[in-house]
This record gives sequence, C-alpha cells and structure tokens, in this order.
Amino acid sequence: MKICITSQGNNLDSEIDPRFGRCKYFIFVDKDGLEFEAIQNPNVEARGGAGIQSGQLVAGREVEAVLTGNVGPNAFETLKAANIDVITGLSGTVKEAIARYKKGEFEVTQGPSVSSKFGLPS
Amino acid sequence: MIVSIASGKGGTGKTTVATSFALATKNSQLIDCDVEEPNAHIFLKPRREKRVTVSIPIPKVDLTKCNFCGKCAQICAYNALAVLNDRVLVFPHLCHGCGGCSLLCMQKAINEVDKKIGIVEIGKANGVAFVHGILNIGEVMAPPLVRAVKQNINTSKTVIIDAPPGTSCPVIEAIKGSDFCILVTEPTPFGLNDLLLAVEVVRKMKIPFGVVVNRADLGDRKVDTYCEEENIPVLMRIPFDREIAMSYSKGIPLVTAQPIYYRKFTNMFEIIKNHVCVYSSKGNLELVD
Repeated sequence: MKICITSQGNNLDSEIDPRFGRCKYFIFVDKDGLEFEAIQNPNVEARGGAGIQSGQLVAGREVEAVLTGNVGPNAFETLKAANIDVITGLSGTVKEAIARYKKGEFEVTQGPSVSSKFGLPS
Repeated sequence: MIVSIASGKGGTGKTTVATSFALATKNSQLIDCDVEEPNAHIFLKPRREKRVTVSIPIPKVDLTKCNFCGKCAQICAYNALAVLNDRVLVFPHLCHGCGGCSLLCMQKAINEVDKKIGIVEIGKANGVAFVHGILNIGEVMAPPLVRAVKQNINTSKTVIIDAPPGTSCPVIEAIKGSDFCILVTEPTPFGLNDLLLAVEVVRKMKIPFGVVVNRADLGDRKVDTYCEEENIPVLMRIPFDREIAMSYSKGIPLVTAQPIYYRKFTNMFEIIKNHVCVYSSKGNLELVD
C-alpha cells in the first residue's frame, strides 16, 4: 500500500499543495521505503469535477491514505468510496508529512474541509 | 420573428420591456426564459392552461454488468462519473444529460433515469400567449430547461423572449436563434460595463441588436456615446420617472399604466422588423434611423 501527498513540486522537498483536486503534483510514496513517484495532475484546468477525477486517479493506485491541505465534497465522496483515508490541514514539505504520518500523528478527516470550487484559480 | 430581450446587468428592466412589448404587439407570444427567477407572469398574470415536468436523463449503473473499464468517466466532459475498482459513482448535479456514457458503454451497463430539473407552464394573458420555465431550487442545469421552454415557440406569432441576465450558458441558450436582440441597459458605469459584455456576446452569435436605455435621464452620457461610436441603434429611452416606478412596484405593466407607451413599442416593433428585413437581405447589420 502507498500513501499519496498533494504537492506543489515533483520531489520530497516540495511544499504540500493545499488543494486536492487541482494540486500541481501527486506524490505516491511506498509506506516502507522512500521510493516515490511524482505525477503531474492532469485535472488542474478542469472546468468542473476536478476532485472526482483526481480521486479516481488516486484510487487506481492502491493508496491507503491521502495527505493534503483541503478536500472538497465530491473528492471526499470518491476517496471514501475507494476506502482511502483522507488527512487534511497539512502544510510544510512532503518529506515532513510522510515522517509525521509514519509516527501516527494524524487523525483521519471525517468530512470535506472545503466546499466545491475551492481550488479554482481566482 | 423572434426578438429576445437581454442585458449583461441584472435589474435593468428586461422584463418591463419584454412584457410591455408583448402587450403592444399583435399576435405575440412571450417566452420567459429566466428560469432561475421567472417574473414576467407577475406583470402579465396569465391564466395557466398546461404544466409539464422537465427532466434530464442521468446514468444509473448496473454493477452486475459493469466491467469497470472506465470509458464512461473518460468521455464525460463534466466529470460526473468516477469509476473505482469495484464501484462507479455518479454525481447527478454535474451531469448535463448528454447520454454519451450510456451510448458508449460496451457492457450495456448504463441505464438512463429521469432527473426532474423543473417545470414549464403555458397559458394566456390578455391575448398574449405565455410560456415560462421554473427551475428547481438548487438545480444548476438551466440550459436544458431553457431548451424545453423554447420548444413551445410558436413561429406564426411574434415571439418575445425574456432572457436571464449575464453572458453565460443560460443566456446563450435563451437568445440562440433570435432574429433580433434588444439589450436593455441604464446610463451608469455599471450599465455600460455590462452592456459591453452583452454586445460581445450578440456580436459573436451574429444576432442583429439594438439598445433600450432605461432610467435614461440618470447617470452619465457614456452609454449614448458608446452606442454612437459603435453605430448601435438606440431603439427607445425610458425616463427615470416616479409614475413608472410606482406602477412597477405594483406589478402593473408599463403600457397599462402609461398607454402612451403603446405607440413607442409599436414603433420599436416596426424599426426592428425593418432591421431584420435589411439584415436578412444584405447579410450585414445596418443602422436604421
């Protein structure tokens, strides 16, 4: 199983992207090692439903948890249906978030943290 | 002839113009396409003859047939579907009802079910044939309802369409196919700003148009200057007048409160009719004095 972190850059020293559906990169990390894969998010410019598409993308990669800043209602529903834990409210670097996740510092979010269209560029 | 009444800005007087125009025009039909907040019926008080429920088809997935290929989610332009390992999620509020997903499903796992989005009501008021649509509260899919309203257009009549304000999909759907568009504005910086946006829309859609200036003695002269520079005909000016405001506040149509306006509206009709004739014969917009 892997965890997925929304990131503003393509490596572990990048800052966490506060948006889920429209984050710049998804970083997938194997829980045991520091092997990672960064994927550019194709849904950044989606007119609508970015969270659903991103949720589907993440769900297709055997992920047990998503670490992000915020998640909207459609993305939350998609991730929940795929039995993926969602952890919100994160900032700092991807590396720090992974370390804290491993130590079990986070609590799983019980609902969406923002409303629809939150991640749209203003 | 189909004449639509639009504006970039809300509250400029579209419905005031549309209802009085309909009352002053012989053999007219008023179509209220402002389905999010229809209000022409308040002026016209039509007697309702028919009410129809309008639905759009949304997908329902039969998981016993689905092989989770993901094609339905891929082709959905509005991302209304998510295909996961063992289930498919449908987000009805994002679905535009195009039917593409069920058409392309090789497994025939997608059935379409109706989702009610609103109603269309048809009636008659003082000789004016009347149609309007009412969108359900919380429903975002206005264009399909506008299309359903417009299916009741009777081309043997002079059709007057009251469009919603703005410049987005519901407006485009409402004014599409019009022979002429009246843009109602007011002589303020706000009126001008939104008039410019509305002009861009009708120019892009190649609909001949003119302007009605409401509350014409308020504000500044910039709307007039703009119309002169751009050769846009100003079809009518309605002053900022206490009597007009009072009849409006009681829901009385302008032409009923002030019968002198009958003539102004019939004149406007003649101008537009000539305009449409000139346009259709020459293929370009010409200013008619």
